[in-house]
Amino acid sequence: MGIPITGQIINMCAALLLLIAFAMLSQRRILSLINLFSLQGLILAISTSVVAYSSQQQHLYYSAALTLLLKAIVLPMILHRLIRKLNIKWDVETMFNIPTIMLVGLALVVFAFNLAAPISQMAATITRSTLGIAMASVLLSFLMMITRSKAVPQVVGFLAMENGLFFAATSATYGMPMVVELGIALDVLVGMFILGIFFFQIRTAFDSLDLKHMEKLKEE
Amino acid sequence: MSASAIFLQLLQNVLVLLAAPLLLGWINQCRAWLQNRNGAGMLQPYRNLLKLFHKDAVLAHNASQLFRTTPYILFACMWLAAALVPVLATDLPLSPAVDVIALVGIFALARVFISLAAMDIGTAFGSLGARREMLVGFLAEPALLMVLFTASTISQSTSLITIVETLAHKQFVLYPSMTFAAVAFVMVLLAENARVPVDNPSTHLELTMIHEAMVLEYSARHLALVEWASALKLLAYMAIGIALFIPYGIAEAGNWNALPAAIALLTFKLLLAGAGLAFIETISAKMRIFRVPEFMGTAFLLAVLGLLTHFLLET
Repeated sequence: MGIPITGQIINMCAALLLLIAFAMLSQRRILSLINLFSLQGLILAISTSVVAYSSQQQHLYYSAALTLLLKAIVLPMILHRLIRKLNIKWDVETMFNIPTIMLVGLALVVFAFNLAAPISQMAATITRSTLGIAMASVLLSFLMMITRSKAVPQVVGFLAMENGLFFAATSATYGMPMVVELGIALDVLVGMFILGIFFFQIRTAFDSLDLKHMEKLKEE
Repeated sequence: MSASAIFLQLLQNVLVLLAAPLLLGWINQCRAWLQNRNGAGMLQPYRNLLKLFHKDAVLAHNASQLFRTTPYILFACMWLAAALVPVLATDLPLSPAVDVIALVGIFALARVFISLAAMDIGTAFGSLGARREMLVGFLAEPALLMVLFTASTISQSTSLITIVETLAHKQFVLYPSMTFAAVAFVMVLLAENARVPVDNPSTHLELTMIHEAMVLEYSARHLALVEWASALKLLAYMAIGIALFIPYGIAEAGNWNALPAAIALLTFKLLLAGAGLAFIETISAKMRIFRVPEFMGTAFLLAVLGLLTHFLLET
């Protein structure tokens, strides 16, 4: 096998990201979900800095630092504060059958791997083979948002999807321009604040964070 | 086949036989320490076996020949499985005959016999335990096979010898697929050996027990053999795990000087694995029996993911 050691580390990080995506999909407790999200950010930062080291792209170091700061530390802290204030720390979510969701997730992974195969052949980066995993984690986060009924896990799913997109960008083209990345980071942060306010609004309006209640808001 | 290879095989046979209760004792001792107890000492399983061998066996009136012979079959299967896995050296004379699929087959054979024997007497607990065992078994087996297939696709062979040689002696490579396989394998190990999240080996509570319910009717030497077989099974599984995921330091074919180091390293790995198992058992609570399919489904899924990532990342 001719993969250099940095490539192996990146592949390992990619595999761990996929593992975390599945762990999130099967997680019932909100607290563990946020911890997993924090871990995802950490691994993303590690893999980005390894990519930066191996490709000598200076701006990727800044992306890695930004990822570490924002996704592994700040956002989980905000989420922790939120669930403490909303008092839903031990909330156990009832979802439909987890094994079924996992099997759907498996089908999504196969689909994403197939989809990414021709694209990654055209890319020339060291990380091109991880594109399939990046797409898979985007799709899995999407699936998580679909299958959850509570507000907080949906937001975590949304943030995880952003992580997957970021990973896809680094693996296909060594990351987006710095301006775009900063913009996205700011967007995510602001979005998080707005969603936090929304949580309180939803709870005062419906007495619950279950988004099924919002289906009642139809125009007659 | 040289005389030294045969000697090596005999050495491993004797070693696994003697080491299995010791490993069990070590795990129990670790659990005791983690739970702030003194524990019964690492030699307690030997004392238990000795005590059981000295007792007179009691058999139910309607016990058939199957019930009597099953402990011996079980013991033979597990001894064979534990002796076959290459953990000390790679040129054992028996090992070429057995590849990973046959190894899974040996475990399946043992499972069929113990389940039949459990139903033989016709008590409620026996049948209940047998059914649960079959449920766990049929879910764990595909996951185990997938884990082994992941290792096989890396080394292009289903022979454990080739797998170990490929993984241990080639240049060190990080295999992402093996990460998935390792997690799945630990889950299978817990389920197959009746460890805590799936079954509790130290309880006789009717509603929760799986393995203990099946062997409830056995006594004396039969029970001793069954218990010894369980210890051997645990050792065999740990040996498979070591062979697949941390095979480094195994003695090369015909290299006698490396053997003492290989034995020391193997002991160290087993101690570490035993402590890890005790740790997992201490921090996790036993799950409901109806959660077991979910648990095993996750193991299967992880194993399949390992296989998929192998094709994506490592070819």
